Amino acid sequence: MTYVPPARAPRTPHGRARLIALGRATKPIREASGVARAMFWSGVAITVFFILLALLAPVISPYNFNQYKADGHRFAQLAPPSAAHVFGTTVQSVDVLSRVIYGTQTELEVVAIALAMSLTVGVPLGLISGYFGGILDRFLVLIMDAIFAFPYLLIAIVIAFVLATSSIGGGILTAAFAITAAYVPLYFRVVRNHVISVREEPYVDAARALGARPRTVIRKYVFFNVVQNVPPIATLNAADAILLLASLGFLGYGIQPSQGAEWGYDVSRAVSDAASGIWWTGLFPGLAIVLLVTGLTLVGEGLNETMNPVLRRRRFGRFEFEPVAGPVEEAEGAE
Amino acid sequence: MRPEVAEPAAGPQTDEEPLVSIRNLETYYSIRGNFADRLVGREAGVVRAVDGVSLDIRRGEVLGLVGESGSGKTTLGRTLLGLVRATGGSVEFEGREITGLRERRFRDLRRRMQVVFQDPHASLNPAMTIAQAVGHPLQIHGLVHDHAELRARVAEILETVGLAPAEAYLDKYPGDLSGGQKQRAVIARALILSPVLLVADEPVSMLDMSVRAKILELMLALKQDFELTYLYITHDLATARFFCDRIAIMYLGRIVEIGPAEAIYADPKHPYTQALLKAIPEPDPAKAVARDLPRGEVPDAASPPLGCPFHPRCPRAFEPCGWESRDLHDLLEMRWAGLAGDPRVEQEQRIVGDLAALDRPSSEVRFSPPRGRQPQEVVSLLERVRAEDPEEPFWRGVERLEAAGTHLALVFHEPREPRLEPVGDSEVACHLYDESAASG
Amino acid sequence: MPGRSRRRRALSSEAVLQVRNLRVYYGTPGAPVRAVDGVTLDIGESEVVGLVGESGCGKSTLGRGILGLLPLGARADGEVLYGGRNLVMLPPKELRRLAGPDLGLVFQEPMTRLNPLLRISDHFRETLKQHEANLSDAEVKRRSLETLGRMGIPPTRFNQYPHEFSGGMRQRIMIALALVLRPKLLVADEPTTSLDVIVEGQILALLADLKRNFGTALLLITHNLGIVAEACDRMAVMYAGKIVEEGPVREVFAEPAHPYTRELLRSTISLETTELHSIPGSPPNLIDPPPGCRFHPRCPDAMRVCSLLEPIEQRLGEGRRVQCWLHGPQARIPADGELPLEREAIGVADEA
Repeated sequence: MTYVPPARAPRTPHGRARLIALGRATKPIREASGVARAMFWSGVAITVFFILLALLAPVISPYNFNQYKADGHRFAQLAPPSAAHVFGTTVQSVDVLSRVIYGTQTELEVVAIALAMSLTVGVPLGLISGYFGGILDRFLVLIMDAIFAFPYLLIAIVIAFVLATSSIGGGILTAAFAITAAYVPLYFRVVRNHVISVREEPYVDAARALGARPRTVIRKYVFFNVVQNVPPIATLNAADAILLLASLGFLGYGIQPSQGAEWGYDVSRAVSDAASGIWWTGLFPGLAIVLLVTGLTLVGEGLNETMNPVLRRRRFGRFEFEPVAGPVEEAEGAE
Repeated sequence: MRPEVAEPAAGPQTDEEPLVSIRNLETYYSIRGNFADRLVGREAGVVRAVDGVSLDIRRGEVLGLVGESGSGKTTLGRTLLGLVRATGGSVEFEGREITGLRERRFRDLRRRMQVVFQDPHASLNPAMTIAQAVGHPLQIHGLVHDHAELRARVAEILETVGLAPAEAYLDKYPGDLSGGQKQRAVIARALILSPVLLVADEPVSMLDMSVRAKILELMLALKQDFELTYLYITHDLATARFFCDRIAIMYLGRIVEIGPAEAIYADPKHPYTQALLKAIPEPDPAKAVARDLPRGEVPDAASPPLGCPFHPRCPRAFEPCGWESRDLHDLLEMRWAGLAGDPRVEQEQRIVGDLAALDRPSSEVRFSPPRGRQPQEVVSLLERVRAEDPEEPFWRGVERLEAAGTHLALVFHEPREPRLEPVGDSEVACHLYDESAASG
Repeated sequence: MPGRSRRRRALSSEAVLQVRNLRVYYGTPGAPVRAVDGVTLDIGESEVVGLVGESGCGKSTLGRGILGLLPLGARADGEVLYGGRNLVMLPPKELRRLAGPDLGLVFQEPMTRLNPLLRISDHFRETLKQHEANLSDAEVKRRSLETLGRMGIPPTRFNQYPHEFSGGMRQRIMIALALVLRPKLLVADEPTTSLDVIVEGQILALLADLKRNFGTALLLITHNLGIVAEACDRMAVMYAGKIVEEGPVREVFAEPAHPYTRELLRSTISLETTELHSIPGSPPNLIDPPPGCRFHPRCPDAMRVCSLLEPIEQRLGEGRRVQCWLHGPQARIPADGELPLEREAIGVADEA
């Protein structure tokens, strides 16, 4: 069988190939409609708004997060919302609006670090555990299930407490670690379960039959097919993590006030204010929490609805039956 | 790039030396038991997917491995390919023992034996383009220098399997291709390393009729061009006849008949082979649906019947075939199913009681009837059943039936496992052809 | 339209089911998928009719369309006449009352209708009580055991769960469940495709005997021509949403009138096959099917008229019909229409 291969088989440039692949992966999002679409894009809008807030904090915010005076004048204490202080001031004469804006930074920073760490630990462990099985798998599952059995908050508090009293001290990293510990089992479990089902697929078998090494099989055949599950979970997770961080802050185990503004901490401070009819110190940080969590949840649920093939609802077009052209004829053929 | 695996000495094909030599191969799967077992990791029960198989695959031939579900044909193929670990026996490939090989050693061998699976829609990684998928074997074994060479070689093999012009297919994803096109791509991927053995596991079962012929024709043409040897695994005796030189029929992990294709079809010897051939729906209106097919279905591989595994369904079974307690259970159940609606069913059920005691496989049954019933009643019942249908093979297996004190004693003839013996051009594992087991 | 179909109705007065110009379209973001595009079919009392075609021809959709079991986004138009009523127009609640005692359905995968959490006895009790509420428990049990017994399922296993049965036995249970209500028509959609060949033979024997034992008509939907040859009285060949040929099984096999039927028969690999044969190309896109006869791009005998005008149905004798210009009507073929059609060769790129 003689075949002369073409001198240079024309190929799609590498970068463009990647773009095409990305386009295919996100096709369901672009094709979404109705509720899923509305959810997704409104969630994105809210989240992007907060991200911008965090990035532009020094520019947008009227004052610093723990600034209690300007030009030598101390701000009013517990002043209601006014032109000078749009959201009012706290008992320590700090501008609430500034604390809310800087708080965005803190929240997003901590959650981003925590998620990154959770993914880096949870996903590879899930891949390895799911693919190889055996004793390693049983051992890891036992540990992860044990951690998973505890309420997130409890784990986070314990870790935060332990780390705070140790050399690392309180702060962003501590909070991030605490949240990581709570979420690693989730990613581990989701990825592991998906790997176990993908592992049985013929194309993975085929890869082994070709002689691919396990790490090649995992990397090229398993990973991409499993990782689709992660973005919806990660975004829902981020929403949950914000709440977790706020809860830590509320209980006093989160960020130290000197290091940054934190909404949960503010809300806890505001509890005593509420008795005296002072509403602005608690309302605005609280609203910020609710809004950001809602935004992230909308993105997550929207992603789930569009990308999860089980939930995805195809758009059915409306159509009409055209009238049949003339009566169906009896033929003049042989009777 | 790594050094090439040493090729076996080139030269004239010696017909005596088979390409693959399998001897007494056993592949057993363990079944996990209940929760407590699972916690500790202890297994309970064993499925003998491949239960003592010996055969040769000669160079250049197409050997068909035919069987229904549970026959072990797929497991045999996978054991041969090293995807499943053999638990016993030996497999020699090109004269070299491969059963105990560590994965790393096996990887080099993989260049010489490849596989085509059944489901074209699931055999290709949905996340890889055709070029990446078909070219991946070359990358795994370090046989190309750069991207351009890879693409060129992939294009070449794609054209060979009929996916021409190759440029139209290189950057497509599996989802963009039809079933037949995908299967061609799978074949291309299997052949790009120029293997000597190709294991094809139901390669056309999931394709439409109008495409099957094309893929089979392709495989035949490739056999010539690449000098391939095929192991063709299927349940479809019709395509096997067309495609194979020799055929082995498997049932519950064992080979029951093996021989040249013409012999199998012209003069099938084993009752199972005969049943398979009779059951194939033929597109010939003159032929009606077969009414005399073996009853029942393939039994549970975790606890196969004693003696010959086909005996509970075999219309010609006799004394040595392995009669046991479970056959009595089946006999009574079938009788009551046939008499459904008849008041006798309830009467007889009261006499016999719970049949669970018959579920432990044994060729000697001591059966206690329920309280208030005499064993003699059960004996009379069984004698009545026998009188109604004396031709039922079950009765040939009964050596002694009597009431002994408080229970019923039912002794069957000694079960014997059949072994493959030469009969004519084929080998058959059946007592009907075994003189030493002739009824006496 | 009563006037138009009265003539047809008179010709097949004992028909259990009459399908007239049935269309089933699936909605998509664009134009709809014309899965069933004008099908007319009669099923007589106690008849076994085989509906045969390859994947994507619309046969499963037709089977479900008859019973009103269409998925979301699909709609039906036309007539499905049963007992004088048009099932297409019936509200779902009415249809549900009919389904069961009159029209039964057996699926390909036997676990689909069997609830893994319910015992077999519960399945039967539920089915019987739903449609014949005044049956006593004893009567329910008697009828269930009798039907199961006919299917070869022993009474000792009446209280077991579905997973305790093998695939073939589950299919028998499904058939028994459909038959216990004594329906007039049973639609079986690829009932044996997932089963081993010997079990398939056993189930086919059961189905072929339905008319003898139960007096039930059977619409057997399959891609396997062997099954149709052995078990069916009449057959209809479906391609791209239309029935291209229909007639008694013996006649169609002996002398196929439509080129697709002929090519399909030639492509079927059986024990007698000496030469491999296939049909080039692949079934057409049902959103935008080819103009004229839908088979013309792949038809070895295509004429020019075939790419222009849709063929008009022809009767070729008692119970035989075909949709193909090769059988006329002569008068409707334009000048030069009978010349062979010139086309490009079909390559692998268009393969199924």
